[in-house]
Amino acid sequence: MMRRLLPHPLISAGLFLVWLLASRSAAPGPALVGLVVALLGGQALALLAPGRLRLRRPALALRLAGHVAADILRSNLAVARILLLRRPDRRAGFLHIRLTLRDPQALALLAIILTATPGTAWVDHDAAEGWLLLHVLDLSGGEDWERIIRERYEAPLLEIFA
Amino acid sequence: MTGHLDSLPAWAAWPAAALLLAGAGLTLAGSLGLLRLRGFYERLHAPTLGTSAGMACVLLASMLVFSVLQSRLVIHELLIGLLMLVTTPVTLMLIARAAIHRDRQEGADVPGQASPERREEKSKE
Amino acid sequence: MSLAVLAWSLLLAQLMLGLAFCCAAWRVLRGPRAQDRVVGLDTLSINGMLLLLTFGLRTGTDLYFEAALVIALLGFVSTAALAKFLMRGEVIE
Repeated sequence: MMRRLLPHPLISAGLFLVWLLASRSAAPGPALVGLVVALLGGQALALLAPGRLRLRRPALALRLAGHVAADILRSNLAVARILLLRRPDRRAGFLHIRLTLRDPQALALLAIILTATPGTAWVDHDAAEGWLLLHVLDLSGGEDWERIIRERYEAPLLEIFA
Repeated sequence: MTGHLDSLPAWAAWPAAALLLAGAGLTLAGSLGLLRLRGFYERLHAPTLGTSAGMACVLLASMLVFSVLQSRLVIHELLIGLLMLVTTPVTLMLIARAAIHRDRQEGADVPGQASPERREEKSKE
Repeated sequence: MSLAVLAWSLLLAQLMLGLAFCCAAWRVLRGPRAQDRVVGLDTLSINGMLLLLTFGLRTGTDLYFEAALVIALLGFVSTAALAKFLMRGEVIE
């Protein structure tokens, strides 16, 4: 019963919150409409995509979100420095990384993480073999990008969407 | 024109000013990158400054000022933040894929279909 | 004192965002290739949206927020459509 009413509880909760934000009040009227929107939205998504979004490790997901926020802030400053100082030894380039991640939702999340972080851009992905083509603004810093992406982002995503 | 700000206490005005300057500065740095960087794939990184920390700082300043002025929690700016967070990666990925698709068709010097192994096999043939 | 600081930094932030807007516009006009123009246009819409938010702070009305939200949505849709066009040569297949 619960499952038929709320096929995607997380999505429905998110829709409800977005509705409250958009109507800018938590009065009973907007809240009721928001409830209807959230329920219908969940149903509509269940009709479109049969797969269920499930998060296995909420604590790990929160920690990943914290890491990502810190990384975004740090690489913002790093990229701003690159753009303003114009170091001559900066070297940009493409990078091939083989991912073990296969779940489409997890891949979408990884794409959002990598693109939202300034300095790295997701260019192409080969779904059959898992090769990811990445463009990095500064390769000269000596960071091991492959290891960073594997351990910092891919490993937690593998556990969350296991 | 800024008369409505008169009732803003100092403890809110200073952080709001700092957040505004930081956000606008980061966005300007990113947009300067559009002018300075050579090559399309490098310029692809330029807008992400404005859409991540730049936007976050301006939105936080707006939330802070309006919350204090109206003495209630004004957080509808989160809506824009959420929207940008989800949509920017999608647009940038679409542009990047379109660009590399076009470059490959024109035979420019870009990596081929994302598998180095397959590329080596091809070069051996 | 602190209000003067806020008013001045508001002005400075608007000038910086305006300059950023001009940089993006220059990239749209200059190119050289279509994908450069699309990236410029995307940046243009984001800078315009942030500029509108600072106008909202200056005037103290919520109206600018609505406009910023609409621009954010339209910017996404138009950039996605343009990227699709670059990829295939047509928007609707």
